[in-house]
Amino acid sequence: MPTAIENMKEGTYTVRYNEKIATSVFRMRLDGDTSAFVRGGQFVDVAVEGFFLRRPLAVREWDGEGFDVLYKVVGKGTEAMTAIRPGSILNVLTGLGNGFDTSLCRHSALVVCGGLGASPAFTLVKELKASGKDVTLVAGFNTSSDLVLRNEYAGLGVNMHISTMDGSCGMRGLVTDVIDVLNGEWDCFYTCGPTVMMKAVCAKMDIPGEVSLEERMGCGSGICYGCTCRTTGGPKRVCADGPVFKKEEIIW
Amino acid sequence: MVTEVELCGIKLINPVIPASGTFGFGLEMAGAFDLNLLGGISLKGTTKEPRYGNECPRIAECPGGLINSVGLQNPGIDALLNDNVPALRKIYGGVVIANISGFSVDEYVYCCRKADASSDIDILEVNVSCPNVHGGGMAFGTSAKAAAEVTAAVKAVTGKPVFVKLSPNVTDITAIARACEDAGADGLTLINTILGMRIDIVRRRPVTAEKYGGFSGRSVFPVALRMVNQVASACSIPVMGCGGVSCAEDVIEMMMAGATAVQVGAENLRNPMVCAQITEQLPSVMERLGINDLKEIIKVI
Repeated sequence: MPTAIENMKEGTYTVRYNEKIATSVFRMRLDGDTSAFVRGGQFVDVAVEGFFLRRPLAVREWDGEGFDVLYKVVGKGTEAMTAIRPGSILNVLTGLGNGFDTSLCRHSALVVCGGLGASPAFTLVKELKASGKDVTLVAGFNTSSDLVLRNEYAGLGVNMHISTMDGSCGMRGLVTDVIDVLNGEWDCFYTCGPTVMMKAVCAKMDIPGEVSLEERMGCGSGICYGCTCRTTGGPKRVCADGPVFKKEEIIW
Repeated sequence: MVTEVELCGIKLINPVIPASGTFGFGLEMAGAFDLNLLGGISLKGTTKEPRYGNECPRIAECPGGLINSVGLQNPGIDALLNDNVPALRKIYGGVVIANISGFSVDEYVYCCRKADASSDIDILEVNVSCPNVHGGGMAFGTSAKAAAEVTAAVKAVTGKPVFVKLSPNVTDITAIARACEDAGADGLTLINTILGMRIDIVRRRPVTAEKYGGFSGRSVFPVALRMVNQVASACSIPVMGCGGVSCAEDVIEMMMAGATAVQVGAENLRNPMVCAQITEQLPSVMERLGINDLKEIIKVI
């Protein structure tokens, strides 16, 4: 039976900043109630003036006063978001999705991100570090101008092992090539990024892992069944049963 | 302010009902607001066997609405009646509407007979208008003869009120409506979604995995209102009006057009709290318009 959405809250938020930080990538900070957030890897659903559906966006980090998201301009909705000015008021659903489970990690975790997957992984890594775990971070991008959050991760004391497709930054190639070179020992992994990347990571890693799936959503809150995926436990809603699933649950 | 309405002798504390397919099986939203604010809940469309539904993407945004091609994902009638509905009943005292879909007359009959035996269900909504499945659903709702055949068959196996949910994708909706009434329908729900499509012009393919899907949202309100008015004029059984409703004023407009109760659909997808908000706004909107009892305004046009 579908689970109820326990933590979701609806509210208004004030935009503190909305700035371009990489090619087609913006970072927006929204001030307001953050009590609905319980785990890294959760998301929000932002109402954008002139568009019927909300925009689901992964939360990078929150504090007592607000939270921030990274988003990439991929269509008319995200294009319109780039014009939102500081001081604007937005209606947002917060506390959506399950988020990553840090209890999966005993001592050391491998975190593998692709593109903006580095954003929802940030609070995960922050929480793992805060509980004394070793974290190895691998992040893949198409090219150096897509690179995001390197300094923010450095601030957590985490070095970003980078791969780019064109070799313009870090190692030339895929995140799986970086994992080969690192040749480390971890007791679990977490991954967030393009589906093909996450599938390759799951195929490669013979340890427990969690995967954050992405799908085009309707409601974001579990009522429309527009973002269903196949799992070993039957059909699941990416928005409400996920977006994070155990590696072995996913039927690719 | 009297917001109470009555469908076939069943009292609803207000006319506001989340529409089938836009509110899951009710329980999903139990943590977000008190479900008992709602006059009724129309559950997600259910078939004899469990269904995964269509492949993703199932959603395409449109100006003033969206296209969905979910394709009747549901756990099957047995799981609905054994698990979902009893769990909902523990926390919800309003009117529960089971929405039944099928691929043959026998399947509709099978599901309605089972639902009839459940004391947790108040009304059966027979969905002959789902545009997202092949070889069933809408095929029954676009022919007066087939719609009447389904209606008569399910009426023979249930004592509960049967509302037939009609498709707008027809030349004359009143012909189908009258055929259902003549076959014994106790009421009608309309409209289901309008068949539509979106194309990704970069990739040169449909946005949804299925080529076509059902269009709904604020943009369809005038079409739904017109059809509700036509059907309420052509028939004498009660109508649940549905299509593009997004606020308390729309509820009143839908009732003036002929609806006894009003379903809220796509708006739930952009604002999952909207049904609760509408029930809270209704009394003040009634006061502003000089309406003491909602029953006074049904079919004033």
